[in-house]
Amino acid sequence: MHITLSINGKDHELDLDPRTSVLDALRDHLDLIGTKKGCDHGQCGACTVLVNGRRINSCLTLAVMHEGDAITTIEGLGTPEALSPLQAAFVAHDGFQCGYCTPGQICSATGMLEEMRAGWPSHVSEDLLAAPDLSDAEISERMSGNLCRCSAYTNIVAAITEVAEARDEAV
Amino acid sequence: MRPFEYHRAGSVADATTHAASGAARFIAGGTNLLDLMKLDIERPERLIDISRLPLDAIEENEDGGLRIGALVSNADLAADLRVRRDHGVLSRALLSGASGQLRNKATTAGNLLQRTRCYYFYNPALPCNKREPGSGCSAIGGRNRIHAILGGSAQCIATHPSDMAVAMMALSAEVEVMSAGGEGRRLPLAELYRLPGDTPHIETVLNPGDLITAVLLPAPLKGRHIYRKVRDRASYAFALVSVAAVIKMDGATIGAARLAFGGLAPMPWRDRAVEDVLIGQSPSSALWNKAADRLLAEAKGYGENDFKSVLVRKTLASVLSDASVREI
Repeated sequence: MHITLSINGKDHELDLDPRTSVLDALRDHLDLIGTKKGCDHGQCGACTVLVNGRRINSCLTLAVMHEGDAITTIEGLGTPEALSPLQAAFVAHDGFQCGYCTPGQICSATGMLEEMRAGWPSHVSEDLLAAPDLSDAEISERMSGNLCRCSAYTNIVAAITEVAEARDEAV
Repeated sequence: MRPFEYHRAGSVADATTHAASGAARFIAGGTNLLDLMKLDIERPERLIDISRLPLDAIEENEDGGLRIGALVSNADLAADLRVRRDHGVLSRALLSGASGQLRNKATTAGNLLQRTRCYYFYNPALPCNKREPGSGCSAIGGRNRIHAILGGSAQCIATHPSDMAVAMMALSAEVEVMSAGGEGRRLPLAELYRLPGDTPHIETVLNPGDLITAVLLPAPLKGRHIYRKVRDRASYAFALVSVAAVIKMDGATIGAARLAFGGLAPMPWRDRAVEDVLIGQSPSSALWNKAADRLLAEAKGYGENDFKSVLVRKTLASVLSDASVREI
């Protein structure tokens, strides 16, 4: 099928087998290899991208279903010269070891902070109607869809907390 | 993955017409269907993409309830202020399920129709009556720690994995269905599902081409809303046992009770006889045990899952204790 995908603000025309996932379209057809393939079944979160600002598993959705959607990958969040706040915080806090899960962690955290800002509760929120706390428990729960085999979780939570606090101060 | 024909539906009628014949499947969130297609367990010849149909609104009904469009994402439903305020058990159930990424994609109707996570259903190398009718059930006599103690049959003891559906069952939700012939109908959620019996591969009463267009929640239930989920890890895991409860106290006694259970059966499980045990009674451990006795009267363990009877008894007692505190 001939489709147009909007990725990181740029349109790409592609001829794709309908079976192609967004993940495979990014990696195998557009050479955007920042997004990683871990389990390919939605269990590890390494493939997380943002679609219209929402974090999703790019391995579990078909590219042909996303014409007209705004897809953002790790390449669209920052560059080596101009890191996004979360990218910089992951570096500062050593939020990784091997780095394979990191693009997914950062895309996921980017979407997750917007969810918190919108006031969405989580499984660990005591009050469904109150603004969520920026606690370690809240961040861990909200990031549970991203596994880190190196177990850098403590530093990942620290990195995300720093960015979230800086944002809160800026508001 | 096997090849399939892809069709983007332009309307509900277009979707149901295209789905009425052949091995067709609707796709919206796709989080369960694509997972199963990659494993060659689901083998649709045609995928009908319904994700752009205008079924993504949550509207208030005249009776004070909500009409939840089939395509409302699990994340949006859990975060909806009306759901958080008036149907807390549903918001809690949704938030206890899957991950942030999956909840953003998974839809309301897709959640209802997701398939079991039985290990053998997921493993094409081994017999499974749900996947290959007549091949046998590997869980009976095999590894069955996560399997059903209620509602199973000699052919299948797989559980329904949804949390959302358990809360909806407690809330007496209804499902709105459109047929390929253009006829709409409504049925209680409890009547959507079929127990496995001799045909575990048939899980619902839906006919080919039938499309769930909405879930209807009745007017809000007053009282304490609790969803408690017991699982092997603290987040992002399916329930071993879960309890959805809405308890309304009437002074020192229980005025109204709604209970539904996950992880125990091939469908979200509600047994009104259990609720009847509680109505008009004063809270006590003896009463919680009586309710659990009623729930488990027909329970059957298969070895590794025997612990679920004990676990649900304790979970129910803990939920009922918390829910029945006298309102000040």
